[in-house]
Amino acid sequence: MNIVVLVKQVPDTYSERKLSDADSTLDRDSADAVLDEINEKAVEQALQIKEAGEGEVTVVCVGPDRATDAIRKALSMGADKAVHVCDDALHGSDVLATAKVIAAAIGKGDAPDLVLAGNEATDGGGGAIPAILSELLGLPQLTHAREVSIEGQTVKATRETDEGLTYLEANLPAIVSVAEKINEPRYPSFKGIMAAKKKPVDTFTVADLGVDAGEVGLGNAWSAVTEAAPKPPRAAGQKAEDEGDGGTKIAEYLVTQKLI
Amino acid sequence: MRLSEEQRALRDTTTEFAAEHLAPHAVEWDQTKHFPVEVLRKAAQLGLGGLYLPEKFGGAALGRWDGTLVFEALAGGCPSIAAYVSIHNMVATMIDQFGDEAQRHRYLPGMSTMDSPGSYCLTEPDAGSDAGALSTRARREGEHYVLDGFKQFISGAGHSEVYVVFARTGGPGPHGISAFILDRDTPGLSFGPNEHKMGWNAQPTRQVILDSARVPAAALLGTENGGFGIAMSALDGGRLNIGACSLGGAEAALGMAVRHLSERSAFGARLSQAQALQFRLADMRTDLEAARSLLWRAATALDQDAEEATHLSAMAKRICTDTGFEVANQALQLHGGYGYLAEYGLEKIVRDLRVHQILEGTNEIMRVIISRRMLAEAA
Ligand SMILES: Cc1cc2nc3c(=O)[nH]c(=O)nc-3n(C[C@H](O)[C@H](O)[C@H](O)COP(=O)(O)OP(=O)(O)OC[C@H]3O[C@@H](n4cnc5c(N)ncnc54)[C@H](O)[C@@H]3O)c2cc1C
Ligand SMILES: Cc1cc2nc3c(=O)[nH]c(=O)nc-3n(C[C@H](O)[C@H](O)[C@H](O)COP(=O)(O)OP(=O)(O)OC[C@H]3O[C@@H](n4cnc5c(N)ncnc54)[C@H](O)[C@@H]3O)c2cc1C
Repeated sequence: MNIVVLVKQVPDTYSERKLSDADSTLDRDSADAVLDEINEKAVEQALQIKEAGEGEVTVVCVGPDRATDAIRKALSMGADKAVHVCDDALHGSDVLATAKVIAAAIGKGDAPDLVLAGNEATDGGGGAIPAILSELLGLPQLTHAREVSIEGQTVKATRETDEGLTYLEANLPAIVSVAEKINEPRYPSFKGIMAAKKKPVDTFTVADLGVDAGEVGLGNAWSAVTEAAPKPPRAAGQKAEDEGDGGTKIAEYLVTQKLI
Repeated sequence: MRLSEEQRALRDTTTEFAAEHLAPHAVEWDQTKHFPVEVLRKAAQLGLGGLYLPEKFGGAALGRWDGTLVFEALAGGCPSIAAYVSIHNMVATMIDQFGDEAQRHRYLPGMSTMDSPGSYCLTEPDAGSDAGALSTRARREGEHYVLDGFKQFISGAGHSEVYVVFARTGGPGPHGISAFILDRDTPGLSFGPNEHKMGWNAQPTRQVILDSARVPAAALLGTENGGFGIAMSALDGGRLNIGACSLGGAEAALGMAVRHLSERSAFGARLSQAQALQFRLADMRTDLEAARSLLWRAATALDQDAEEATHLSAMAKRICTDTGFEVANQALQLHGGYGYLAEYGLEKIVRDLRVHQILEGTNEIMRVIISRRMLAEAA
């Protein structure tokens, strides 16, 4: 079983995240960069599938130089090898261009039986890469999976959305995007950490992949972020001073808000 | 002294583990005297059960410098648990270094997974610092050894599966001592009650009672009368790790103090604006960094098998455990009355770190080791 996991490096959700003033792209220097947690879960799922049978797990990452840290984390969790697409020309690429680059990067290796991804990245939150990739690679897609199993040549997934659960299956090869509840990703073991550096990482530029530089980057994106504003800070609540009648005051307030 | 990428990853992974699995429960475990065996097994999945063991026995094959980073990070969650993990690793490493193939295959895989936790049994009621004077006896009876005596203050006792026990097989003094590996179910082996103690409540401390405890001759670890060297060899690494545990606990306490001073106001200003307190923080940070520098240097010496490793380890143990306790106690002070309350977790750290100045060789004994060498060189 040849499993490809798509991983992205994102700003740590615990640090302050900003867009750069110059071009409204992500200001990657303003925050700690980490392997997206949803991708840790995708890697965990790949490792569980591998451990239940056999196979090889390759992580594919499109990102700047320092994304090597995210790649190494995935390798230290137990992935076998990595493909890193790293090229300044990619700065500001939209989902379409990114998906094309990922498709080309996947094409560099042996044809995968299963492609695993997070359902959406915690930074951009586009949530479209798995779907576009399904189109580009001509593979069935099972998205928002909270459970995945492989039975012979079939992949089964439980899809969870606000509407409820759907039980899906597709023939392999297929693309599966995993949701928040899929699993608890493992910690990298010390052995895994020490081994990670020795695992192969192939690095490609856009040209290496045969992708036209005119199709990627900020200038060629089909959509543009024109402006961004931070969420307004939460306004201070209204205080009721308790002079023995605190309960009544709160009740009166709730009545004015038509809540009771 | 730059950490490698791997070393940073070891430290960061352990920090995350400690923050998720130890820190939220540390005060409760202390209060209820709960030894979280299940969490130790989880820790073993990272590699904490066999940090220095070869991979073929499930170990992580780390060096001593790596180990100090891991223990400092782990102690950030709970110094008492981290220190027990260090003792367990001392036992595993002794069996790895001095055991024969049969002993290594029998014990090490289970120790790596923490299914078989270990205890180190040297101290006796009447022989602590002067361990070479221990009086537990082991007599040879045909294909067996029979052990009689008491071991005092044994960490993990009662819970542990593997006991490395030092007992006298020859004449008086350190050269008449042998090491034995005992299983928990050895006939004649039993345990005293869990001691009531100032700190380290998240791990049990019991007497180990040997009443004609009978083990096969194959339980001898290393050579007959070669046990004292085995006991001492484990202590170099153990002392580094106990020093690291003190730094980790103190760092956690210092972090809390910085937050507390930034949030609390008195006399019309944040406490963090009082220069007296700012300078105190600066000194705490500086003292910890200085202690850490010596710890890393000693650990590197041990990794390189350098001749000065033993006395550098003694210096590092002394400075890290004294500094760690002092910094944690200062952090308590900076919390005012709240530092004294259990719920804030500070007094627990102070109580835990206090014993690090006493065990693995008291800090007076560290000075004995250091000065003995100085004076021998001068003579
Ligand atoms: C919670 C806890 C857990 C422990 N866990 C273990 C364990 O797992 N395994 C184990 O084997 N032991 C363990 N110990 C024992 C510990 O190592 C001893 O307590 C320690 O070595 C000191 O020995 P002692 O208590 O007999 O003190 P003593 O040796 O009686 O010392 C009393 C005092 O005299 C000082 N002193 C002694 N000799 C000299 C000297 N020559 N010069 C100057 N001062 C000196 C000491 O520094 C100390 O201050 C543990 C102890 C505690 C409290
Ligand atoms: C067990 C216990 C029993 C108690 N019993 C009583 C009682 O019966 N009645 C009662 O009224 N109170 C009692 N107290 C409260 C006690 O008196 C206070 O905790 C103490 O006065 C410190 O106040 P605080 O805790 O608010 O600390 P804070 O005032 O917040 O001080 C925090 C730290 O900042 C330092 N600090 C504060 N201001 C300055 C400054 N300007 N310059 C330099 N350093 C500064 C302090 O020394 C301390 O280290 C008790 C406390 C405890 C723990």
